[in-house]
Amino acid sequence: MTGNYTTKKTTPLLQVRNLQTGFKIDRKFYNAVENVSFNVDRKQIVGIVGESGCGKSVMSLSIMQLLPNGIGKIRGGEIDFEGLNISELSDKKMNKIRGKEISMIFQEPMTSLNPVFTIGYQIEEVILNHESISKKEARLRSIALLKSVGIPRADKIVNEYPHQLSGGMRQRVMIAMAIACQPKLLIADEPTTALDVTVQAQILELLKDIQETNDMSIILITHDLGVVAEICDEVIVMYAGKIVEKATVDELFNNPKHPYTDLLMKAIPKMDEDVEKLATIDGLVPSIINMPQIGCRFANRCPKAMPECLTVTPQLGEVEPQHEAACLLYDESWPAGEERQREGVPVL
Amino acid sequence: MTTRDFIQERIDSLENREVLLDVQNLKTYYPVTGGFFKRVVGNVKAVDDVSFSIRKGETLGLVGESGCGKSTTGRTILRLLKPTDGKILFEGKDITKVTGSKLQKARRDFQMVFQDPYASLNPMQMVGDIIAEPILNYEKRNKKELEQEIKALLTRVGLPEEAYYKYAHEFSGGQRQRIGIARALALNPKLIVADEPVSALDVSVQSQVLNLLKELQIEFDLTYLFIAHDLSVVKHMSDRIGVMYLGNLVELASNRDLYREPLHPYTQALISAIPEPNTAIKKERIVLEGDVPSPQNPPTGCPFHTRCPMAMEACSKEKPPLKEVRPGHFAACLLY
Repeated sequence: MTGNYTTKKTTPLLQVRNLQTGFKIDRKFYNAVENVSFNVDRKQIVGIVGESGCGKSVMSLSIMQLLPNGIGKIRGGEIDFEGLNISELSDKKMNKIRGKEISMIFQEPMTSLNPVFTIGYQIEEVILNHESISKKEARLRSIALLKSVGIPRADKIVNEYPHQLSGGMRQRVMIAMAIACQPKLLIADEPTTALDVTVQAQILELLKDIQETNDMSIILITHDLGVVAEICDEVIVMYAGKIVEKATVDELFNNPKHPYTDLLMKAIPKMDEDVEKLATIDGLVPSIINMPQIGCRFANRCPKAMPECLTVTPQLGEVEPQHEAACLLYDESWPAGEERQREGVPVL
Repeated sequence: MTTRDFIQERIDSLENREVLLDVQNLKTYYPVTGGFFKRVVGNVKAVDDVSFSIRKGETLGLVGESGCGKSTTGRTILRLLKPTDGKILFEGKDITKVTGSKLQKARRDFQMVFQDPYASLNPMQMVGDIIAEPILNYEKRNKKELEQEIKALLTRVGLPEEAYYKYAHEFSGGQRQRIGIARALALNPKLIVADEPVSALDVSVQSQVLNLLKELQIEFDLTYLFIAHDLSVVKHMSDRIGVMYLGNLVELASNRDLYREPLHPYTQALISAIPEPNTAIKKERIVLEGDVPSPQNPPTGCPFHTRCPMAMEACSKEKPPLKEVRPGHFAACLLY
């Protein structure tokens, strides 16, 4: 493990390679994230979507090294941040990166702030941890930060406690904390899920602004495809711990390839269309304990499943420029794929 | 038949049907107590003068952000809460003031589906017993017959018959919501108040439950009051939609009119704020400033004037009534 930063302009900011994260259940490890690889470029917003239990939050906690001690563990793969493999860093070294280089905002603005400290104290704590400046300077910085995230009366709010603020304001405080040291990467885990739509619109707008002014990259984790379409550059769709599709936003929404992505989009009621019946996905996500070890994990719910789907594990491969999918229908080493699709697939 | 024809036919057929529920100037206040003697020091005006009616077989959707009073409205209509003022007429009968056994009798006709499928089912009861309870509350029944009936009901909502002998924790969120729906259907009610029935579910499961609710409506000739914060879900489910803000109904219109031509500035902002899962649509977004004011201390005049991009001076003085701006399209705004 070398501690040198080998920063090149061309390398992506974050490279996740074959990440496997497991959880210990009854003394055995089961992988919640299985062989996930992706890159985040500088100034890019990458969205990760999927339903609950697909491993999207576990992945973000793996990047931040915030997995529950003793239960969750990175079992394989690398996480390269600016050329440095952070998955092997000691706690002490990781503490220098966490909050300064990579920071995170969580879903629950109600529970992720400490109720017994003032807003100002909590923001200053982040700054003082990473920079050697005086308390006075830190206070001024936190007031400026609060102003930059659109909090009115920032010089008063700084002395108030979290319970005195509304949900949207608390999420703004969380964002102010996260950007306090101008990180290069911000991981936002469902940042707007607990908020009302009009407030969600404010927060998304704010995230976009900050991303532009700070030249930051964002990993946005959400279950809401609408939010993804709104602000992301690239999208990763996860299902049962694996990436099933990866594409630019326009590609994904106009031309979804994986049957899961396709169904997911058709299942949402849309404002500009009248549909009598929504698409449904029958069945349930397999539980982490009974995850099929070979074959496609979506096969048992997939309307286009072929017998081979149960025995051949599909690999993520390019199906079109800037568009990857993990499905046998598009797998070139599986020549039957496209022909079958054209001829009407024998359904499982 | 295309979807459009289907919708048109539905609109036409609903017009001739009788009014099932008529809500007039409904007010529900929660008292705020304080001081040593727990004196009432103020009121949270959760529902403040709301009027609407629902025809038989129709779905009325109520949307709004958290704290706007949509759930309180639903609960008051079922008389789970005591209305402070106003009238609730169910099939022409005034149920605002009925109590005791009369209320119990009336309640047979209206049921509720709750938001949280995890909290709304008794973990100690077998699913069969959960569904039987409302029936046994009203009638003495032969055990065997009842079991058959409930099993049929379980099959109808898409659960296996064996579910009868299981407990709530053995089911997923979507399946639990199906149990909740079966329980609501058990008494063959006329009105079902569905309070955020899908907000705790994943999208793929959400669409299953929404489809089920639509099928059941036609099959059992049900009337729905569908409460949700997600405008696209409400639009999908409802024939008419009421938009609530701070305890007030600010707009009421048919589903199409509301989406095509929202009149109230709040509705416009709400619709524009929904992130659309389609990158081809680039819409002009109205981002509202600030948060919803506290209902304990609502602003004078129009409740929305503190955040309204089109607020005029008169807005802070005078509370606009809900008035019919176009045929069947009501809005409470001084602009009209």
